[in-house]
Amino acid sequence: MKEAILHTADLAVGYNKKALIRDIEISVRPGQIVTLIGPNGAGKSTILKSITRQLEPIAGTVSIRDTSIRHIPERKFAQTVSVMMTGWTDPEWMLCEEVVESGRFPYTGRLGLLSEQDREKVREAMELVHVTELAQRNFTRISDGQRQRVMLARAICQEPDILILDEPTSFLDIRHKLELLSLLKDLVRQKQLAVIMSLHEIDLAQKISDYVLCIKGDHIDRCGTPEEVFTAAYIHELYGVHRGSYNSQYGSLELDAPKGKPQVFVIGGGGLGIPVYRKLQRSGIPFIAGILHTNDLDYPVASALAAEVISEQAFEPISKAAICRAKAALQQCTGVICCLERFGTQNQGNRQLLELAKQQNKLLTDTQWESLLETANS
Amino acid sequence: MRQKRSVRYAIGYGILAILLCVLLIWNLNAGSVNLSVEEIVDILAGHNTENTAIIWEIRLPRLLAAAMLGGSLSVSGFLLQTFFANPIAGPFVLGISSGAKMVVALVMIFFLGHGMILGSAALIVAAFAGSMISMGFILLISGQVKKMSLLVISGIMIGYICSAITDLVVTFADDSNIVNLHNWSMGSFSGMNWSNVRTMAVVVFVCLVLTILLSKPMGAYQLGEVYAQNLGVNVRLFRVQLILLSSILSACVTAFAGPISFVGIAVPHLIKSLFRTAKPLVVIPGCFLGGAVFCLFCDVLARTAFAPTELSISSVTAIFGAPIVIWMMLHRSTRKG
Repeated sequence: MKEAILHTADLAVGYNKKALIRDIEISVRPGQIVTLIGPNGAGKSTILKSITRQLEPIAGTVSIRDTSIRHIPERKFAQTVSVMMTGWTDPEWMLCEEVVESGRFPYTGRLGLLSEQDREKVREAMELVHVTELAQRNFTRISDGQRQRVMLARAICQEPDILILDEPTSFLDIRHKLELLSLLKDLVRQKQLAVIMSLHEIDLAQKISDYVLCIKGDHIDRCGTPEEVFTAAYIHELYGVHRGSYNSQYGSLELDAPKGKPQVFVIGGGGLGIPVYRKLQRSGIPFIAGILHTNDLDYPVASALAAEVISEQAFEPISKAAICRAKAALQQCTGVICCLERFGTQNQGNRQLLELAKQQNKLLTDTQWESLLETANS
Repeated sequence: MRQKRSVRYAIGYGILAILLCVLLIWNLNAGSVNLSVEEIVDILAGHNTENTAIIWEIRLPRLLAAAMLGGSLSVSGFLLQTFFANPIAGPFVLGISSGAKMVVALVMIFFLGHGMILGSAALIVAAFAGSMISMGFILLISGQVKKMSLLVISGIMIGYICSAITDLVVTFADDSNIVNLHNWSMGSFSGMNWSNVRTMAVVVFVCLVLTILLSKPMGAYQLGEVYAQNLGVNVRLFRVQLILLSSILSACVTAFAGPISFVGIAVPHLIKSLFRTAKPLVVIPGCFLGGAVFCLFCDVLARTAFAPTELSISSVTAIFGAPIVIWMMLHRSTRKG
C-alpha cells in the first residue's frame, strides 16, 4: 500500500481562533478519493480551506509528503495542490480559455507567458472536461454548470498531485454529474491523483469514494469505506432525517409512507410494483404490499412506502403462514391491485391472493384504481 | 483562435499609437499661436524660430505631462478595479484623489506661509500621504461592506469631505499665491516645466514597470483571492503592492495636475472593450497609452475650446468620461439580466 500523500494530525479548524471541528485525522494516498459528507453547515468547506492554506488551522498540522504545508514554498504548493471551490468573483472580460490558462501560472515565468507546451496542457484539460467549444466564450456569460466545468479544467491543467474540490457537482445536470465523477475516477486511476472533496449527493459519494469521513457537530463522527458508513440507520442519524428514508443498497431516497389505515392491497413483485407504490404514495393512499420475497426488486421501495409489507424469505416458495397473513391483511382493504400477469413456481401464493380478491370482488381494474387516485388527489 | 487574439491586440495598439501621434501633433500645433506641421518639425529638429520657446518651454512639457499623468491615472484606476473586483472603482470616485489634494493643499499653504516653495518630490510625498489616508478609510469600509455600490458611495463621501476641507483652508489662507493653488485644486496641466516632467517621468516609469511585473499575480487575482492563493500568489503581499502602486500613481497625478475625474474608470473600460480582454499584461500598457490619448485630447480641448479662457481639465474629462461610465453600467446591468 502506498504512503499517504496528504495527512493531518490533531487538526482543529474554525474561524477567529474558535475551533469548530477538532481532532481531524485525514489521510489520503495517491489514487484515492476521500469524500467529506455531513449536513449543511457542518464545516466541510472549513476543513477544505484549512488544508489548502486559505485558513490558518486552529491547532494541529497538515502535511504533504511529511512536510508541514506551512513550510512548503508557495509555488511548490501550487504545483502540488489545486482547488475548485464553490464561489468565484465574476471576472470581467475573461474568456473561458483564459480562465483555464491561469491554471498554468505556477509553471510560468515572471510575466506569466505560456509556452507551447503549456498551451497543449490547456487544450488537453479543456478536451477532457468537454469545454473546448466554450474556449472563446466570456466566462461571465455561460451557465453555472459550464463554469463549474471550466473551473475543473483549470484545476486539472494545474497538474496537481492532490485535487481538492468543494461541492464539485452542485450546479451540474445529471449527465455532467456522471461525467465529472467518471472523469475524476479516470484521473485518479491514470495519474494517481489524490482527491479530497465534499459532496452533498450521498448516493454519488457512496459510489465514487474510496473512503468517507462523516462530519457531525464538532468532530468527525465516523469514517471508513462507503460500505461501512452508508447504512440506512447511520445516514438517518448523521443528517437527522425525520421524514422519508434513505436506502443504503441503491443510495436512493424515498419520501414518507402515507399515513392512516391501509386502503389498498398491492400484489407486486419483480419491479412491477414500484410504479404503483409511487403513484399511491403521491396520492397519499396508504397501502399494504405483498407478498414479496425479501430479495425482490420491489421490496426496498415497498418497505419505505407501504404501511405494511407481507414478505417471505428469499429463495423460498411462499409459505402457508405468509399467505394467512396476507389474506388477513387483504380483508382490511377495500381494493386490491394486482401488478402481476403470471406467477412463477415460487410465488404461487400470490395467485391464491388474486383468486381471493376476485371472489370478494375487490380486484380493481386499471380504470377503477386510476379514478381512485383522482378522487384522492382532488 | 490564438492568432485572432494576437491580431486584435496588434490592431488595438495600432489604433492607440496612431491616435497618440495625431494628438501629439495637434497639441503642439493648437493654441493662441497656430503652427504648421513643418514649422513644428523644424523647431523640434533644433532650428530656432520665433516660436521655439512656445514649443520647447510651454507646449512640449505640458503635453508630455498630460500624456504621462493621463496614463498613470488610468493604470491606477485599473489597479483599483482589480483590487476591489469592482469596475467602477477609480482614484477619483474612491476619494483618493481628493485625499491627496487635501494634504497637498494643507502642506503648500503651510510652507507658503513660511515663505518656502515646495519642490516636485515633496509635493508627490504629500499627495501620497493624502492618498494613503483616503485609502485607509476605504479599506476599513471595504472590510465592513462587500457591496460594490456602497463602497463607491463611501468613496464619494470621503471625496466630498476632503474637498470641503480643502476649500475651507484655501478660502481662509491669505496669500497671493493662493490663486495658483486654486487653479491647481480644480485640476489643470498648465504651468508644467521640464523639472516637473523629469521628476514625474522617473516616478511614472518606475511604477509602470513594477505594475507590469505584477501582471501575472493580477491575472490570477481576477478569479478571486482563493484561486490567486491556490496559484501560488502571496495574497497579502500582493494586495499591499497593488495599493501602494495605485496610490503612488494617482498621487503623482494629483501632485502635479490636481484631481482629475473619470479617467481612471472610463479609460480602463474602453481599453478592455477594445482588446476584449482583461489580461493585465495586455491591458496595463493599453491603459497607459489610452489614458495618455484621452488626457491629451481633453487638454487640447481645455486649452482651445474657449480660448483664451482655459477650462479646468476635470470639466472636459467629465464631459467625455461620465457618459462612458453610465453606458458601461447600463451595459453591465442588461448583461446580467
